[in-house]
Amino acid sequence: MDNSGPLKGIRVVEFTSAWAGPYATCLLGFLGAEVIKVESRQRPDHSRIISFTTGKAFQTLDESEVFNNLNLNKRSVCLNLKMPEAVEIARKLIQVSDVVMENMRPGVVPRLGLGYEDARVIKPDIIYISSSACGQTGPDREYIGYAPTFAALAGLPHVTGYPDWPPSNFLGSIDLRSACTSAFAILAALYYHQQTGEGQYIDLASQEAIATYAGDIFLDYVMNGRVPMRQGNQNDVMAPHNCYRCKGEDKWISIAVATQAEWESLCRTMGRSDLIDDPRFADNARRKTNEAELDTVISAWTGDKDPYDVMVLLQHAGVAATPSMSSEALFNDPHLKERKVFRQVDHPVIGKNWVIAPPWQFSETPAAIRSCGPRLGEHTEEIFMDYLGMSSDEIDKLKKENVIF
Amino acid sequence: MAPNALNGVKIIEFCTTISGAYCGKLMADLGAEVIKIEPPVTGDEARRRPPFQNDDPDPEKSGLFLYINTNKFGITLDPSKPKGKEIFERLVRQADILIEDHRPGEMEEMGLGYDTLKKSNPGLIMMALTPFGQTGPYKDYKAYQLNISHMSGQGYLLPLVAPDLDRPPVQIGGNSGNFDAGLTASLAVMAALFWRGASGKGQYIGMSKMEALVAMQRVESVTFPNSGINMSRKGESLRMSGNGIFPCKDGFVSIVTPEEHQWQNFMKLIGDPPWSKEPWCQNRFERGNHTEKINAYILEWMKDTPKEEIFRKGQAFSVPVAQGNTAEDVVSSPHFNARGFFVEIDHPVMGKLEKFPSRPYRFSKTPWAIARPAPRIGEHNEKIFCEKLDYTPGDLESFKDAGII
Repeated sequence: MDNSGPLKGIRVVEFTSAWAGPYATCLLGFLGAEVIKVESRQRPDHSRIISFTTGKAFQTLDESEVFNNLNLNKRSVCLNLKMPEAVEIARKLIQVSDVVMENMRPGVVPRLGLGYEDARVIKPDIIYISSSACGQTGPDREYIGYAPTFAALAGLPHVTGYPDWPPSNFLGSIDLRSACTSAFAILAALYYHQQTGEGQYIDLASQEAIATYAGDIFLDYVMNGRVPMRQGNQNDVMAPHNCYRCKGEDKWISIAVATQAEWESLCRTMGRSDLIDDPRFADNARRKTNEAELDTVISAWTGDKDPYDVMVLLQHAGVAATPSMSSEALFNDPHLKERKVFRQVDHPVIGKNWVIAPPWQFSETPAAIRSCGPRLGEHTEEIFMDYLGMSSDEIDKLKKENVIF
Repeated sequence: MAPNALNGVKIIEFCTTISGAYCGKLMADLGAEVIKIEPPVTGDEARRRPPFQNDDPDPEKSGLFLYINTNKFGITLDPSKPKGKEIFERLVRQADILIEDHRPGEMEEMGLGYDTLKKSNPGLIMMALTPFGQTGPYKDYKAYQLNISHMSGQGYLLPLVAPDLDRPPVQIGGNSGNFDAGLTASLAVMAALFWRGASGKGQYIGMSKMEALVAMQRVESVTFPNSGINMSRKGESLRMSGNGIFPCKDGFVSIVTPEEHQWQNFMKLIGDPPWSKEPWCQNRFERGNHTEKINAYILEWMKDTPKEEIFRKGQAFSVPVAQGNTAEDVVSSPHFNARGFFVEIDHPVMGKLEKFPSRPYRFSKTPWAIARPAPRIGEHNEKIFCEKLDYTPGDLESFKDAGII
């Protein structure tokens, strides 16, 4: 598929693994950047090995649907960075790139000779981003972290879940929030480069990326000394504001009411116009005070209904209501079908594989899925030949010496 | 003074409450000139959202509004009135970017659709941010954050792990879903800005908030079509890897051991107990069948130990473990503070706040910076209307009397 994305012409070389690093450059790839992924058989991207979502371990390094979904449009080259010759080739790739991204533990890339200071010597205007759990500075900088741990440090679990139950854990989607944050920083640096010709270094801490999601929660403590707690689906001001059980196994409808007009519509749709004049629910403040009773009344109405039927009824009455969706529900949803949110790509090993489309509709420069995630080292030869001018003899030799590995 | 990454970029933000404002904030904090348009008199809805300083619901004391509107210029304007529309058009004529979040068709009804606006500003980038996008059967449906969080599949998997499926799925705490949408929108806007820099051309971008959240859950979203697996909040995936949030003496800790050697380190940390030598404990798949037993042992080990001690000791053993931070913990964290995550901000009504949450990225050349706090209602009316559009203070008085500003 042709590339007419807004970042067409930008080349990114990445030394990243797992989710937070790879998805940041995948986003740039959706937007038209060309992304070269450097891996090795000795250190493949971790998402090639196991899915932390389903627990599935992959038999080979080329059949992970998780890797595929997070590394669309990329090309993969193999370099064993433990060998000095491989580092030398990696530097040459940096020399012909606009952006470098890495997410190794702080201190590792400089030791390899591939840190920002090394990179700017060979490419003075390079944009270089290091993404790590805790950042490149500060007392905890060398601490190991993954989505569940840096989410916990950022304070998000403490406010997510039921008040009388432990905080909610968080998995990979937390990494993708860090990835979006990295991509935003890179885009800002690319714009600055376009205006001035200057590159720069970006130190991104995933725990801070997630902490920015809780900024207003911190301010409650800063301003009022209050430590916000988990409150399920409840909201400080709106009521009703919850998920209500529907007919079927684990089927739910979310309903949120912000205005008196919405409340009255909800009452009429439920066939409970009497509630409009019920003093317990007369205004938002009283609905909030009597929220438990209110939730009981609404659950009694939704309990024998299909969530989609409730959505249609309430939406037509101007009330915000949507089902709580499983993967199956999302996949079968008519709106997402019409908007082609689920896309099937052809993968040489996995076969037909479903992934999620880029979430924007550009009128002039469409974001696109142009190819599936690469097999390990699939593009080593073409990239080394085309960009670095290597011959096939040289490449064979490097393979024999385990530099390309 | 250090340069700004987005110096000279002019943005008009015509959005309510959180998502669009967060998108604008991300760019304002990197130096873009963002003019926020609020409804006359009442101001933006976020001004009525907590936390309020000292719980005083003054529209100038909302911590949420302060957090998501830093560095912006604030004006009041009602573009549904003819004169207001004319002023709006004049503002947009001078802008690079318009971010709006009105329901599909509403801008056109006001005579402010993209096709109209681009006639006088062909380079305009317009981002339309709505719950379900500009097309599809749900495009006119109403949804607040709660509804979008559940509709996207994000809520369905939380809390992780739920005690059972009798209680409803929940949204992420705070305003996370809105921030997901705002951050995702900012990527498209930045990419379009970059493309404009290269091509001189503007464009229209549509974005569905729901799809931004689905993309954030892209791995979880495709488990059904690819593998027939419908994940739930029972935590199936956690079973594989020694994952969990566990209560300890004074709170919670989060542990995750994706690598076998990390599990081994974890066992060393807890003193190589005899059960860890049993055959059923030798790999993640076997352990996955004995989660309850293992969790009970882990709980027993940590129940009398403070969270910070487990965090520090665990990290010393290279175990990916973290304490479950509360807002108080994050605000007083030595690491967050050493990295300057909290900065001082001075607000004319709220006064000085010493610990204002800042940014997750550190740019070497173009730092994130606070030039001004969030605007008061209509604070910059005179500056923008008189300096940029050459109206006189007398004009402003008559606009005010007519309810236009």
